[in-house]
Amino acid sequence: MSAVVAEHDEHHADDHHGPAKGLLRWIITTNHKDIGTLYLLFALAMFFVGGSMAMVIRAELFEPGLQFVDPAFFNSMTTMHALVMVFGAVMPAFVGLANWQIPLMIGAADMALPRMNNMSFWMLVAGVLLLASTLFMEGGAPNGGWTLYPPLVLQPITVGKALPFAVFSVHLLGISSIMGAINIIATIFNMRAPAMKLMDMPLFVWTWLITAFLLIAVMPVFAGAVTMLLTDKFFHTSFFNAAGGGDPVLYEHIFWFFGHPEVYIMILPTFGVASTIIPVFARKPLFGYASMVWATGAIAFLSFIVWAHHMFTVGMPLAGELYFMYATMLIAVPTGVKVFNWTATMWKGAMSFETPMLFCIAFVVLFTMGGFTGLMMAIAPVDFQYHDTYFIVAHFHYTLVPASIFILMAAGYFWLPKWTGHMYNEKIGQLHFWLSAISVNILFFPQHFLGLAGMPRRIPDYAVQFADWNMISSIGGFIFGASQLLFLYIVIDTIKGGTGEKVTDEVWEDASKHSLEWTLPSPVPYHTWTTPPAMVPTEHVLDTH
Amino acid sequence: MNETAAKKNIKLARTLLLVAVAMFGFGYALVPLYDVLCEWKWIERDRPDAIKKAPELAYKVDLNREVTIEFITTLNESTPMEFHAEKKQLKVHPGEYYTVNFYAENKTNKVMIARAIPSFSPAVTSRYFEKIECFCFSEQTFNAKEAKTMPMRFVVNPELPEQYKTITLSYTFFDNTENQ
Ligand code: HEM
Ligand SMILES: [Cu+2]
Repeated sequence: MSAVVAEHDEHHADDHHGPAKGLLRWIITTNHKDIGTLYLLFALAMFFVGGSMAMVIRAELFEPGLQFVDPAFFNSMTTMHALVMVFGAVMPAFVGLANWQIPLMIGAADMALPRMNNMSFWMLVAGVLLLASTLFMEGGAPNGGWTLYPPLVLQPITVGKALPFAVFSVHLLGISSIMGAINIIATIFNMRAPAMKLMDMPLFVWTWLITAFLLIAVMPVFAGAVTMLLTDKFFHTSFFNAAGGGDPVLYEHIFWFFGHPEVYIMILPTFGVASTIIPVFARKPLFGYASMVWATGAIAFLSFIVWAHHMFTVGMPLAGELYFMYATMLIAVPTGVKVFNWTATMWKGAMSFETPMLFCIAFVVLFTMGGFTGLMMAIAPVDFQYHDTYFIVAHFHYTLVPASIFILMAAGYFWLPKWTGHMYNEKIGQLHFWLSAISVNILFFPQHFLGLAGMPRRIPDYAVQFADWNMISSIGGFIFGASQLLFLYIVIDTIKGGTGEKVTDEVWEDASKHSLEWTLPSPVPYHTWTTPPAMVPTEHVLDTH
Repeated sequence: MNETAAKKNIKLARTLLLVAVAMFGFGYALVPLYDVLCEWKWIERDRPDAIKKAPELAYKVDLNREVTIEFITTLNESTPMEFHAEKKQLKVHPGEYYTVNFYAENKTNKVMIARAIPSFSPAVTSRYFEKIECFCFSEQTFNAKEAKTMPMRFVVNPELPEQYKTITLSYTFFDNTENQ
């Protein structure tokens, strides 16, 4: 190991001689790279679990009529698919990236609170297992939708015995992400290399900083909302129970006060990774660094004041409809700034198209489409037609699959060589990209048509006029699902040695001009930056000539 | 990490934890806040006084105007009852008093305490719909297999804006026996 490792770290006696031996290493580890790896592998596993549920959904919808599963189980699948993907796959994957990358990118030896870091990972595992256990309970897993709306979710018929388990699972997941967020904020504020000013930080670090604040602000609100569900169900409170003077619409307000920022919790780190990768393959500095930072802040702020665009149809006064309509449209402005900046970064760049860049380009194009359908739904009067149809399913899958998921893939291809010291197989990577990019559109594009034609979301059976597009969508879904096995193969193959080609410290041409991690050896040693770097590269002063 | 850095981290973590706890409280604070916003009409909902008794005032009857009142009756979840209104709809003149009978029957062999909750569509009309007598003012106790005919006496306030021609009044019976 390199000289850096030998340096002494007084406080973590448990990890300063390299990793512990055997399995125990992974259980007790407080090393940010180990924990990052755990998060990422766990997220990858959950991606396949949630993905299998999606395959069940698409198989059932392949043809009209009831084929494979009964309606209650179908509804469990839509509910659990969403919960597993959001809380088990996308969010943990970004926390995993944060664990690996933030210390490397800001020149810190580790995360600020390493023991809490370990705890938050294992709490996540406990939360997800608790959630998964409901699948095997009498009455089945929750099936009232991931939003857990009352009165539906409080009725015995829709929830069986699962509700308290789902609620405690949300508590655990909430505590886990709050601890993760606190750790990330403390790391970024207190552990940066002295040479790195806030406005020198890579955008991935910036977007995570802002996301962490969102998490701390809204996860507790969600925890509160589900606690109210629990006490309504078992302790005779009447927050949402009309018989006792409560109001189910109140739940929708509280849920979406959390829920809308939550969707940005999944997209802001996505923006950060894209802003980190695109400049490297465009061989140019990021266009408009400062505006990217401000746009991220603006999006985060706006995300708190637009929540009722999810509830245009509950009967708000006209002033409310108008306010939430215009406020929502406003989000398109900072989002547009970002899309403009990514495009401008690529403009006249000496671009090359390795797999991470391909995923990023697809992200820019396809995420923009998701943004446009969002804008359509932001128009209150037309949302009365789109609401609760497949149109909205198409909308948020365009903002999540070819955006968050594609960017997570891009991040994998981009940083795996750095982490493992091995190059992935570019041919298979490109194949994975093209299969994914084409099939994701076969999967989700027809859902726009289905929604506009009036097919409701969350139904196991449908009128025959929807049959053709559903079949096409399902075929796209199966191809997309199967293609992801290529990614699994590549990850395992790369960890085991990949192409055998030795990667340089920089991995990608001139990457070290963009960000600190590329100045470290490949693979990254177990301990890094025990002495902070004296100089830091920054995007906005990068020399282009 | 040296001592001071560790201290700084823990201090920041504590502050942030406090923010998280405060936000948990904020979630609960949204409950009273919601009521206030409803009162200010920022959020439109059936007003709480839709289940309060109104005094029987003499209004000038507007014979030139007719408003259709539709009655919908629903049972929450598995409330084991029979419940319906004597008529599905009624054409009324604003300012004139009417009585409509509702019929409810306990299908079980046990005493049941149930509560009917009204809901208006459009929600704004709830404040012009004044009830002098209603089974929804209080909980109703039904003996085993008991059937009741329950009157609801109301007037539509003549101040109801012109554009409202139909008011849908829906009652949902909730079985509240267990919550006693
Ligand atoms: C320009 C930006 C965006 C706008 C204007 C927008 C607008 C909307 C609107 C109006 C709805 C509600 C539709 C309805 O229920 O009828 C909605 C739903 C949704 N959006 Fe977006 N959106 C935007 C970006 C995003 C992003 C970036 C994500 C996630 C990464 C996202 C995820 C979702 C989800 C998950 C739902 C559905 C929630 C549910 O009911 O289950 N949106 N969006
Ligand atoms: Cu939203």
